[in-house]
Amino acid sequence: MNYAGPAASPHAHAPLSVSRIMLMVWLALLPASAYGVWLFGWPALYLLLISAAAAMGAEALALRIAGKPVMPSLRDGSALLTGWLLAMTLPPWAPWWIAVIGAIFAIIIGKHVFGGLGQNLFNPAMLGRVALLIAFPLEMTSWISPQPLFTEQAPGLLDSLQITFIGASTPLVDAVSGATVLDGLKTELARGTELSAILPGLYSDGAALIGQMGGSLGETSALLILLGGLFLLWRGHIGWQIPAAMLGTVALLATLMHLYDPLRYAHAGVHLLSGGLMLGAFFIATDPVGSPNTQRGKLIFAAGIGALVYIIRTWGGFPEGLAFAVLLMNAATPLIDHYIQPRIYGRRRDGRPLDYQHGRFARRLKKQRGGE
Amino acid sequence: MKLFRFRGGVHPAEQKSTGQLPIQELPIPQRLYLPLQMHIGAAAIPVVAVGDKVLKGQLIARANGAVSAPVHAPTSGVIEAIDQHTAPHPSGLPVCSIILRSDGEDRWSDTVVPIDPFRLSAEEVAQRVGEAGIVGMGGAAFPAAVKLNLGSRHTIHTLLINGGECEPYLTCDDRLMQERPEAIIDGIRLMLHALHCTRALIAVESNKPMAQQALRQATQDYPMIEVVVVPTRYPMGSEKQMILTVTGLEVPAGKLAADIGVMVHNVATAYAVHQALRYGRPLTSRVVTISGSAVRNPANLEVPLGTLASDLVAHCGGITRTPARQVLGGPMMGASLPHLDVPIVKGSNGVLLLGVEELGQSSGAQPCIRCGRCAEACPIGLLPMELAARARHGKVEAALDIGLMDCIGCGSCSYTCPAAIPLTQFFSFAKGELSRLREEKQKAERTRTLAQARQARLEREAEEKRIAAAKRKAEREAKKRAEAEGAAS
Repeated sequence: MNYAGPAASPHAHAPLSVSRIMLMVWLALLPASAYGVWLFGWPALYLLLISAAAAMGAEALALRIAGKPVMPSLRDGSALLTGWLLAMTLPPWAPWWIAVIGAIFAIIIGKHVFGGLGQNLFNPAMLGRVALLIAFPLEMTSWISPQPLFTEQAPGLLDSLQITFIGASTPLVDAVSGATVLDGLKTELARGTELSAILPGLYSDGAALIGQMGGSLGETSALLILLGGLFLLWRGHIGWQIPAAMLGTVALLATLMHLYDPLRYAHAGVHLLSGGLMLGAFFIATDPVGSPNTQRGKLIFAAGIGALVYIIRTWGGFPEGLAFAVLLMNAATPLIDHYIQPRIYGRRRDGRPLDYQHGRFARRLKKQRGGE
Repeated sequence: MKLFRFRGGVHPAEQKSTGQLPIQELPIPQRLYLPLQMHIGAAAIPVVAVGDKVLKGQLIARANGAVSAPVHAPTSGVIEAIDQHTAPHPSGLPVCSIILRSDGEDRWSDTVVPIDPFRLSAEEVAQRVGEAGIVGMGGAAFPAAVKLNLGSRHTIHTLLINGGECEPYLTCDDRLMQERPEAIIDGIRLMLHALHCTRALIAVESNKPMAQQALRQATQDYPMIEVVVVPTRYPMGSEKQMILTVTGLEVPAGKLAADIGVMVHNVATAYAVHQALRYGRPLTSRVVTISGSAVRNPANLEVPLGTLASDLVAHCGGITRTPARQVLGGPMMGASLPHLDVPIVKGSNGVLLLGVEELGQSSGAQPCIRCGRCAEACPIGLLPMELAARARHGKVEAALDIGLMDCIGCGSCSYTCPAAIPLTQFFSFAKGELSRLREEKQKAERTRTLAQARQARLEREAEEKRIAAAKRKAEREAKKRAEAEGAAS
């Protein structure tokens, strides 16, 4: 593409670029990522780096094959972000090839098969995650309990290399493994245990808010994710519509069901603060590529994700449903965009010119005429 | 007063430091280049010949038809040529212009001034505005008299005077409002008179407190004229957006503002009306902002029409470095110029010499990430990313379906696009394509009609021939029969 030629207006531009947006999103992810690394040790850091590197490698390869210039697109930071986000949703001690396969799948199948940046229908990171979950269910559900850095039980740098590249020894795995809140809930509820017996040992609001619990690499700390999300909101890189509608829908459904049967349905706090919901609401569903164009469309889209997340978590086969929910609503985006469009100035919603027969414009005109 | 919010819009850096600089008069340049078309409508027709001596204010080209505007000599001198000269347009193509060599005396022609213009009928006021060559001075350059005449066919409840000046850099209207508020108010009163209208609102953006104060002072004795402070947000100065902001009304698609009882004129137009009706002075000069980081001494200059932009820059001390872009008008909607030897015309409000850092992002376009900032910025409610996708692939009709012709070309979408996609440019291209396609269709229609007419004519002629032949045959036979009968008898 080359648009050189006589310079057309406007002759001014907002100080904003694609790479700047990507950089901001990545910066906003850093607190939660750093917390994940601290909580789960060096293997988590290795996984982040491997995933990001694999994503960028796959991006370079795909661009080469497509005959597009490699460096400009690689520099926009979108592949780095996809790899990083993917790693944040993986079990922190997952082996290196999980990250590599997931990242390659995300970039090549999720993005470049559709035509590259901006063309993909589905969120690449979530597509990569779902592919991994279906292909490698064991590795994708091997959770560990927190092993904070600089404590006794944390593996050192070299031991961590072994964990990531060769695999943890069985005794070590047995020693550190632990279920996530959503996993534990699903298993125990299926056994018919009542919530009042499950939750006390599994979940506390404080730990969930800070993130002191087992889970995906970067998903545990609701607070730090919220912090990053608010930063993006403040800088105008995301709108309030998607996080608000998504979290609001989950909270509403959870509260209604909890009121209906408090012994079987967990209260809203459990749903909001565990699993990938926070990360999804601020960083994944807000990916502009797969979400609708309009603000009303975004509300519908995000409410749909929220509802699907709750349905899958509560009645589905998987303990967590964020990735599936995002992909399903990604698929609905073109439909939403088809039906939800802004009203054009001087026209009615159906596209016909305003006729001033009735409605607010007719009232205003009457008022203006009366003011003569 | 209750204001309404138009959707979208952007906040480009204002860069209005020239708002502090009083209007200076530019010394008359040696030569003036006056295009015959400085307005929307038909080009004017010269009424002078090469070698003629003319006086300041003298008619040198008359209006051609209802939608047109005459041209007057901005100073006294000699008509040196009537020839092609570069148009103030990005194409750099030449247009027919009258070239006037100044005699340095700047002597006015005799003018007929009515004692009290308020004694004139509404039609006479509009007629004088037309004869003075006044056009919309905010940039559109639509003949003002044509608009004023709408007052006889529509009931205008509000005359809206546009003092928005929402384009960055430009401060010529700001200075005019600060320095000559009484003249503007007088022009507004005359326009109210021409429109049989009893209410005028002067809308000024909130970033011009001095102008607001000056206008308030000047309107003290005129309760029918009110100063309205509107938020500073581009494109506030666009007619449609300003009408919505101040009245809450939207101009229906395909209609005129007058259809909903509103008429919008620029403050500089009001000033020109005052000059024409009070002093009999036609529109021969205007205030222009010369700014941008590559100009040594930015200024607001009152310049005779036809002055070359290069003369203005020279007067401002020249350039400090090679500008990355030269713009006639504001940075958001102005035209980039191939060179500065183009004349200031009636709608020119600024000459900007911009450095590369003022242009913002200069790297090439990247892929659209569908971030939706363009749709959020669009003051009309269009989906620029969708429109651009269709326009790029030449699907002009498909672009039309989603509002191509509703686009006002304000540039907000391009300004805000992080991928630096030239959205506005695509729309201009598509609009051009659309009118070309329509023309072609019309041409094809005409060709078809002509072909059908020819076919019908040929058939008719054949039929006539056949009838004539049959008639001749019948006559021959009748004659034969008569002869035979004659022989028999």
